[in-house]
Amino acid sequence: MHELALCQGLMAEIERVARQQQASAVQRVRVAVGALSGVEPQLLERAFHVARAGTVAGGAWLQLDVLPARVACDDCGVQAEVPANRLLCPACGTWRVRVVGGEELLLTQVELTRDAAAAQPT
Amino acid sequence: MCLTCGCAAPHDHLHAVSDQRPTQETIDVLGRLLDANDHEAAHNRDHFDARGVLAINLMSSPGAGKTRLLEATIDALAGRYRIAVIEGDLETENDAQRIRAKGVPAVQITTGTACHLDAHMVHSALHVVDLDHLDLLFIENVGNLVCPASFDLGHHLNVTLLSVTEGADKPAKYPVMFRAADLLLLTKTDLLGAIDDFDPQAAVGHFRALANPAPVLQLSARRGESLTPWIEWLDSQLARQRSGERLRPYMQSDGRTRHAAAA
Repeated sequence: MHELALCQGLMAEIERVARQQQASAVQRVRVAVGALSGVEPQLLERAFHVARAGTVAGGAWLQLDVLPARVACDDCGVQAEVPANRLLCPACGTWRVRVVGGEELLLTQVELTRDAAAAQPT
Repeated sequence: MCLTCGCAAPHDHLHAVSDQRPTQETIDVLGRLLDANDHEAAHNRDHFDARGVLAINLMSSPGAGKTRLLEATIDALAGRYRIAVIEGDLETENDAQRIRAKGVPAVQITTGTACHLDAHMVHSALHVVDLDHLDLLFIENVGNLVCPASFDLGHHLNVTLLSVTEGADKPAKYPVMFRAADLLLLTKTDLLGAIDDFDPQAAVGHFRALANPAPVLQLSARRGESLTPWIEWLDSQLARQRSGERLRPYMQSDGRTRHAAAA
């Protein structure tokens, strides 16, 4: 259960963005979690509910994009989605493949509210 | 022209209604969740690189034989390298005491309830390690096949142990951990004769199915001669480190690329 530790990193990143954008509140955060990232989406969601308390994202909801493992085969050129524990080329069966997706663990989007006073002039 | 109402007034004039309301916006970012840990890890690695120290992270389930392997390795190296060990456990100094009994300095990190070591804990431990007079630093991670794989400690290589009493399909059950291995050690092979359901080839098959080209060695810490390939691997990795090659572990963070394939 290292999701709480990861969530603290997520909160730090959210607070950095909120400060930079002069936001008064964060409504939604979007996180990409790959199947090979070592993170269990449900546990991350629960940890987020604990970690968000008392921060600028205290009322925010977490939108998770769970991304599958993908491999690219240099032998036969195939690119495909594969199970996380079977990173083989589905066409020719070789394990000498490149993993091209599924390792993501990224904050991709923050929806926030700016105070009227801090808002950029339109 | 004001884009809100189309009037000719300056941009920051007040609109009776809309300017009093907060504005809502969606910001695209690419923020890494492990940024603080990875920053500290890079800092630790700079310390190692500046002194030519090779740092190895040992990971496995509890009881796979990490401490026993370290004891046997210290014996097998017979003083050829200056060694230090950082031990990670939830509680007790037991493992550090076993290492110290071999005449090697050891720092015990007790993590309390934390299931893994992180770069900050290792950094704190480094304050009591004499890096200026060191060749090899072993970091024995908390016994756990899940969480330690996600945290770069600033080490150079991951060595993952799989004991023959555990079952050959462990790599299929814990793919993130075994994908992070720069070397896989099948341990306790002296027991293979007494165990009829562990097929080393099947274990290698499950490991390769994770697209991991890392070498696999079999050994028993109770049989000194079986350690020879492992000791040779340590020799070759230390030579790479001293030649100025920038060794990096394969961790599961986004944006990392696998360092040069297996030795």
